[in-house]
Amino acid sequence: MKLTKSAQFWPALVLVLLLVANGVLNPQFFALTWRDGHLYGALIDILNRAAPLMTVALGMTVVIATRGIDISVGAVVAIAAAVAASLIGGKLVIVDGQQVHAPSVAMPLALLAALAAAALCGLFNGVLVASVGIQPIIATLILMVAGRGIAQLITGGQIITIYHPPFFFIGAGHLLGLPFALWLVAALLALMAWLKHRTALGLFIQASGGNPVAARLSGINARGLLIAVYAFCGLTAGIAGLMISSNVKSADGNNAGQLLELDAILAVTLGGTSLLGGRFSLRGSVLGALIIQTLTTSIYSLGVPPEVNLVVKAVVVFAVCLVQSPELRGWLTKRRAAS
Amino acid sequence: MRFAPRLNAQTLPSWVAVLLFVAMFAAGSFAYRGFFSGQVLLNLLIDNAFLLVVAIGMTFVILSGGIDLSVGSVVALTTMVLAWGVERAQWPPGLMIAIVLAGGTLFGAAMGFVIQAFQIPAFIVTLAGMFLARGLCYLISIDSIAISEPTLTAWSQARLPLGGLGEVSPGVVVAAAVLAAAVWLAHGTPFGRAVYAVGGNERSALLMGLPVARTRIAVYALSGACSALGGVLFAIYTLSGYGLHAQGLELDAIAATVIGGALLTGGVGYVMGTLTGVLMLGVIQTLISFDGSLSSWWTRIVIGALLGVFCVLQRGMELVHRRSE
Repeated sequence: MKLTKSAQFWPALVLVLLLVANGVLNPQFFALTWRDGHLYGALIDILNRAAPLMTVALGMTVVIATRGIDISVGAVVAIAAAVAASLIGGKLVIVDGQQVHAPSVAMPLALLAALAAAALCGLFNGVLVASVGIQPIIATLILMVAGRGIAQLITGGQIITIYHPPFFFIGAGHLLGLPFALWLVAALLALMAWLKHRTALGLFIQASGGNPVAARLSGINARGLLIAVYAFCGLTAGIAGLMISSNVKSADGNNAGQLLELDAILAVTLGGTSLLGGRFSLRGSVLGALIIQTLTTSIYSLGVPPEVNLVVKAVVVFAVCLVQSPELRGWLTKRRAAS
Repeated sequence: MRFAPRLNAQTLPSWVAVLLFVAMFAAGSFAYRGFFSGQVLLNLLIDNAFLLVVAIGMTFVILSGGIDLSVGSVVALTTMVLAWGVERAQWPPGLMIAIVLAGGTLFGAAMGFVIQAFQIPAFIVTLAGMFLARGLCYLISIDSIAISEPTLTAWSQARLPLGGLGEVSPGVVVAAAVLAAAVWLAHGTPFGRAVYAVGGNERSALLMGLPVARTRIAVYALSGACSALGGVLFAIYTLSGYGLHAQGLELDAIAATVIGGALLTGGVGYVMGTLTGVLMLGVIQTLISFDGSLSSWWTRIVIGALLGVFCVLQRGMELVHRRSE
């Protein structure tokens, strides 16, 4: 009974059921093999592919906890990828008869610039929401509209291919046998969990989402907090942008991170964080992202056109929202009491 | 029925939008040869007739304090069903148009019902609707379906002369009729007043005995119907059905409504303002294509910036209004 009361019970159960269903349909699903010093298998593949979504979902979680929403993350992903790609870009030079790539800017500098650009986008959102007082969905809509234009402006409307091998490590490299991107997600999760549970920051965020007026009266700097939360969300989108562009070795201003904002919001709601703000669950959002990626992978392996995934996602969103709706719960308990 | 709003703090953004449109058109006329002509003005309407119809539906939703993110994908689904119906199933176009209009209305009404009955935020419900409609497109076909049906092709190519100004497509006539009907509906009927009341203060509307639930569901049904009609116009305009059609159209529709002066918190705005907003988006595109040296992505950046400016302007008006009270 206590287990079912846990906020993460239902998302975890859904994930396990999905995995079991995959295991039944495909006996090879749970197989893990060790090759060239890396772990390979469908499970690792799902984890690796879910890494950008998990990253963005973690940033989105704190925004949603403050009763906000950030629908610009997909565009910010494209901007970060475009900045990194255009800075690293460079050209191929022939050295000793071999093609060697010479980056135009040192890679750490390019990565920093990309992350800074992403955080700046988040900061812009935060200022619009917290200082100007525009509703979050509209404030971030502005960047969602303009962001893809900006990303295309940076890439010159082209898909920039990246030739710098060290850059590929972020999205496709391995550390201790596991994909490097997973270590990034784990580090982010650990950092955020520490901030949430060991500092007052988690409490402040929950308080300002749960009851903004009470939070302000009890002395929380709501404005500064909100700006920081949106900037952080932008930063996570930037990290995801680096992962994605590094994985596909290119930056596409038009299509990188397309619909990622919707997947991130879906992951957060699946994880049990209410869209009405207040209490939030970081582990839940990670679980939510994994559910979405497992669903996508299953649909691919079933041979159904991947676009049909959208229908499944829609049904899942409807179901989750209905389960979360107090009206439906009240209606059900009334019926149970009557019978 | 007041057609043109008086100038005050609430209507200032609407008037700024009108002035800005005139200024942009004038600037284009001075800068580019051949810009200042009736046909360029009418082309704005021909190219954006579907957007106008969709944005009018969105205006009602925003006036009621909601948002509808599904409009773009409903447009895509409509083009898909229409194209599939007339090309693959060989059904008469009139019947297919009736079917898609009824389908769009039902789709919107269903979303409105879920929003109203379960008190789920509108954006998340319409987000799910957006996924659903796009996904359904791909269930019909992954590829685009070209329309070669003679009646629809004839409509696509038909032009109605408009005296010395130039000529317009039948789509513009449909959009104009929808606009007139919407102005009447918003400013001249009990339904319109209920929409404003619900958007202004839902609790007060409820206490006044207005049919809040029915109004809200009707608003989303109306938006669904407008999206379906916009989809029909789009399918005829492009003579094709495709699951990737009208991507991001919801943003254009919201932008047009906001630029036209509707307050996103609901309860304030004019249907005619939406026409200004749509024309503004159109004139930006025309200016950029006339210039030739500016790339197409500047359109998105300028629209985004404009949206930002108008949001800040609205917010400023709100603060001024509150201080004066």
